Amino acid sequence: MEEILTHFFADERGEPLKVVGTTVERSDARGHVTGRTQFYEDVSFPGMLHLKMVRSTRHHALIKHIDARDALAVPGVVRVLTHKDVPHNWYTILRLIGVEPNDEPVLPEDRVLFLGEQICAVLAETLAAAEEGASKVVVEYEDLPAVFDVEEAVKPETPAIKPHGKNYFVYEGHHCRRIRFGDVEEAFSTADHVVEHRYQSAPIEHAPTETTGCIVKPEGSGRFTVYSNTQALFFTLDNMALILGLPFGKLRLVGGTVGGGFGGKVDVIVEPIATLAAMLTGKPVKYAYSRHEEMQVSSPRAAERIIIKDGVMADGRIVARKVTLYVDAGAYSRHSPYGTTKAAAHMPGPYAIPNVHVDAHCVYTNRTPSSAMRGFGVTIGDFDLEVQMDRLARMLGIDPFEFRLINAYRDGDMKAHRKIVEGAALVEVVQEAARISGRTLPDRFTQMSSLTRETAHG
Amino acid sequence: MARLRGRGMASVNYPTGMNLGGDPSQALIHATTTGSFVISLSSVDLGQGLKTIMAQIAAETLGVPYGNVMVDTADTDTGPHCMGTFASRATHRVGNAVIMAAKEAREVMMQVAADELEVDPDDLTSDGEGRIHVVGSPEKGIGLVELALAAHFKHGRTISGRGIYMKPKSDVDPETGRMDPDSAQAHACTVAEVEVDDETGEVFVLKLTNVYEIGRAMNPAMAHQQIVGGAWMGISHALYETTEPYYPDRSHGPTDFAGYLMPGPGDLAEMRSAIIERPAKNGPYGAKGIGEMTANSPIPAIANAIFDACGVRVDEMPITPERVLRGLDALRGTPA
Repeated sequence: MEEILTHFFADERGEPLKVVGTTVERSDARGHVTGRTQFYEDVSFPGMLHLKMVRSTRHHALIKHIDARDALAVPGVVRVLTHKDVPHNWYTILRLIGVEPNDEPVLPEDRVLFLGEQICAVLAETLAAAEEGASKVVVEYEDLPAVFDVEEAVKPETPAIKPHGKNYFVYEGHHCRRIRFGDVEEAFSTADHVVEHRYQSAPIEHAPTETTGCIVKPEGSGRFTVYSNTQALFFTLDNMALILGLPFGKLRLVGGTVGGGFGGKVDVIVEPIATLAAMLTGKPVKYAYSRHEEMQVSSPRAAERIIIKDGVMADGRIVARKVTLYVDAGAYSRHSPYGTTKAAAHMPGPYAIPNVHVDAHCVYTNRTPSSAMRGFGVTIGDFDLEVQMDRLARMLGIDPFEFRLINAYRDGDMKAHRKIVEGAALVEVVQEAARISGRTLPDRFTQMSSLTRETAHG
Repeated sequence: MARLRGRGMASVNYPTGMNLGGDPSQALIHATTTGSFVISLSSVDLGQGLKTIMAQIAAETLGVPYGNVMVDTADTDTGPHCMGTFASRATHRVGNAVIMAAKEAREVMMQVAADELEVDPDDLTSDGEGRIHVVGSPEKGIGLVELALAAHFKHGRTISGRGIYMKPKSDVDPETGRMDPDSAQAHACTVAEVEVDDETGEVFVLKLTNVYEIGRAMNPAMAHQQIVGGAWMGISHALYETTEPYYPDRSHGPTDFAGYLMPGPGDLAEMRSAIIERPAKNGPYGAKGIGEMTANSPIPAIANAIFDACGVRVDEMPITPERVLRGLDALRGTPA
């Protein structure tokens, strides 16, 4: 069970605490294991309508015509919503924190950019009727060439997939988020070895137990109560008000109990359209993703392609690291411009490397938009960095623990993004992991500390 | 056929708090007439235990028993603003807001106790068991129920406090990337032991040894559960999961848990974990964020162990049996 090693950093621990640092029972544990916890889906209202989306069957296409007549003839179907019904048809997730431009419509007007993109919403008295109705909406498409590869997408000759802008997010005039620290080319020219490798990941699903969803209830007061499993209530409320053209005070979000988030519930997709449906029908509306939608339509963790080029000396010091990183944002930005900056800030990992060059690209392709997921911008980079570290250590014939310790950052070092390191503890976790896994390190390495740096290597 | 055994390690750091800041969270605390304390938030508990941690922090700062604190969340009509639960920010941001609110409430609580006991508030201490008393004289004191009743019905005072925490937004220099992207960095090192079946390409994770440095383990059992749960996700990411198995080709995307592969309970590795605490200066009681990082070091540690076991370097996630087998075939010179 839990083992807290209090002999590390003993001088910095401060006064003893009474409650913090003790194991008290998790307050919601009993409710969860006895099935008594109330989730958003546990509320239900008479006359509640179910919303089912008609989704794109194409990767990239113009919408030539939408025919909903057969859907409206299905018993129980009450209405079909299209982009014409959305007051402000921009999905503006990052506008609140100053990231523009608007690039994603709430419901598409003339084109779809990925397989599964929502096109129009069928409202019905039962889920079965909504599903049947959605299956009877006929969408006429004219296919356009689709782009799936990030390096293909950023080539100048590749057509832009959106009517405005390029196939990448523009960071203050640059085609990528940049880190420039020292001079990598100069360091490569004097390094004992220069090693470059490419790494690749594929999109990953959050796989929550509870799929994304909400239930909206119009109140007698003219307000709307939205029962939601969002990870961010006010973020959702604010974005909804902008899309719906409602005064902020007309909305009330209720949630706070979520069956697994992992970053998958910070996109604001279901709440605005369900609330619009409630506004237009005057009835409670439920919009919940099926498992299929959760897996293929809701934002996954981005696929990333990362090329790492390192200059390293025979004694183990990494003197230069150049990282070229492509985040596959899919069709729309969502939180990816932010995640890409986070990925750039994370480089070159927890190591003191004097020359660092990072180009981190946020690239648009014709696939499901990716967005936040646990370890956003970092998890995939860590896989690549640490496999690269293992390669370098083996090439040099240096033990992998020792190789990390030789390069570990310490208090007072300058990071590549020019913040001074404080509170470092990489040295200590590596030392302790070596010790408890049975690897005895030479004195030179057991005597290292994150608090100071030895005057010279070796 | 043989099962080849190998060992690999990886070490990582992880930023606490929303990248670049500018993300406030608030907390309000008030005492009931009978000495319970209610924390009002709009923060979301994803199952990670936010409500438990916030009650622990409030109890510590107020100097009252954990059982006297309740958390009311998350309703935008009643809870003050919170940016949200993501980016390993909740314990750090909301925790700091709770401390600020609890300090303000405690000041009133101690003043009312001082008025009731006719002493100076600086001479008082809380025993954490539900009584405020004169330092060195435990018998000269007052219980929380009596104190709260007196505050409300005799003194007409509200024992309450307001808290907010915000790290100011940092702008990125577009040329150099100069920025302040985090509040603290937590650290981890994982050692993985695996077996690789050289006939099927299957990988079995036998053991993970983890050492974490997270500032302060607010609730050691829950911190440990994050480590175990994250390691499971790490195994899953390393060896199983993707919605696009032939990326960048879009075909064959799974649509349910029959097609989307993940390890089952029997695939969870033996695990040993230890926690080091180097309190962060800006963290609530020194806490950094452990929420997200626990999947990160297991993934490359497993990849490096696979190489150690069989000499196959897979640079593409997930490391499926097919990819391992193709690597083994290449090493053996047999056709793929």
